[in-house]
Amino acid sequence: MGVGIEVRGLNAWYGKNQSLNSIDMTVAANHVTAVIGPSGCGKSTYVRCLNRMHETIPEARAEGSVKVGEMDVYGSGSDPVEVRRRIGMVFQKPNPFPTMSIYDNVAAGLKLNGFRNRKQMDELVERSLKLAALWEEVKDSLHKKSGASLSGGQQQRLCIARALAVEPEVLLMDEPASALDPISTSKIEELIFQLKQHYTVVIVTHNMQQAARVAEFTGFFLMGSLIEYDKTEKIFTTPADKRTEDYITGRFG
Amino acid sequence: MRSRFQQGLDELKEKLLRMGGLAEQAIDRATEAYRTRDSKYCQMVLAGENAINEAEREIDELSLDLLAMQQPMAIDLRFILAVLKINADLERVGDQAVNIAQRVLDLISEPEVQLPVDIPRMADSVSTMVQRALEAFLDGKAEVAEAVLQMDGIVDRMKDEAFIVLVQKMQNEPTVTRPALNVLLISRNLERIADHATNIAEDVIFWVRGADVRHGGAHYRQ
Repeated sequence: MGVGIEVRGLNAWYGKNQSLNSIDMTVAANHVTAVIGPSGCGKSTYVRCLNRMHETIPEARAEGSVKVGEMDVYGSGSDPVEVRRRIGMVFQKPNPFPTMSIYDNVAAGLKLNGFRNRKQMDELVERSLKLAALWEEVKDSLHKKSGASLSGGQQQRLCIARALAVEPEVLLMDEPASALDPISTSKIEELIFQLKQHYTVVIVTHNMQQAARVAEFTGFFLMGSLIEYDKTEKIFTTPADKRTEDYITGRFG
Repeated sequence: MRSRFQQGLDELKEKLLRMGGLAEQAIDRATEAYRTRDSKYCQMVLAGENAINEAEREIDELSLDLLAMQQPMAIDLRFILAVLKINADLERVGDQAVNIAQRVLDLISEPEVQLPVDIPRMADSVSTMVQRALEAFLDGKAEVAEAVLQMDGIVDRMKDEAFIVLVQKMQNEPTVTRPALNVLLISRNLERIADHATNIAEDVIFWVRGADVRHGGAHYRQ
């Protein structure tokens, strides 16, 4: 099951440049939350702070409190590897391991986490591919085909399956459909809608219609600050802040 | 430079205002027909109906195009939804004016009788409501729209008074039943136009403030 996320006073920097200013945000468990905003507003930085991916960039650092369920992400005893297992991530460009088979792509995270039981691994790979709505298309070529042989949309669902295999509680998606055609995009969107039954999903998107279609809650970021955060219907019909309205109606800048 | 989308919104506004002008003209001509008992004005109203219907179709089409092609959000989305609803109301205003013109044609086919109802005064109030509602739409002024809502009660009362005095008149003088019924129907047509003006004002408030003020309350999305 998904868990809620409590972000309090989250600040982030790239070297001396502050890219997030004291973000407070409560993300509801088993819901889809969209993060929108113009390029450079801090939305990708924000989601990368949620699973400590931000700090993997040289000179990047973050401060503040992020609680995912009971886990204190920035607590003193927190292990970044465990954090990233429990908070999976899917990126803009599908990035399957190109030479690995479909099966090995999905199992990669499990193996990395020391998982060795073959039968259980088979079950987890099948479950993950089913959850990612890819099973029917690849079940007969799990070991024969490589990840790179799939179409772009299939590759992205493979990456989602790979993220799900390690049984996370939260799934972060950074522009997961922006490199895909409309049919693949609608499959991913449908999938996101299904996934929230099991996971808490946070999606970064430039596509506001996409945010409106998939997310129950939407946060608007601007220059490193969270300007408005509300139910998606409210944000897209009657936003409270003029800056939100200017952005979503294309009058920005 | 204006964006193509902004041009589309401006065009939509202009078309709706032009249609509003036609609807206002129809009310004024129908009222003039009543006042002067001159069938020429009735014919003008009847002949003008097509233009209003055509405008309605054009506005619906442009709105649909903008919704499909531009996927508007927030205030723009509310604007187009308001336009679609106002469009339907204005078309109904045109229909009510046609109904009045038909009643006047029936009225003037018989000798004039004096009836204790001031239709031109009621028509003035109604016409002002439509005018103000369109003015609110032109400038996006919610406070002007609110003033229109206040006027609806006055017109309702005028219609109720007309009903009472005309029914009484028909009871006392059955020979005037036909013209009295015509005038009663005209007062109802005018009251309906006032209702449409009220709807338009409510739609303007929805567009500008995002608040649903229909049915006597201010409902903001939570």
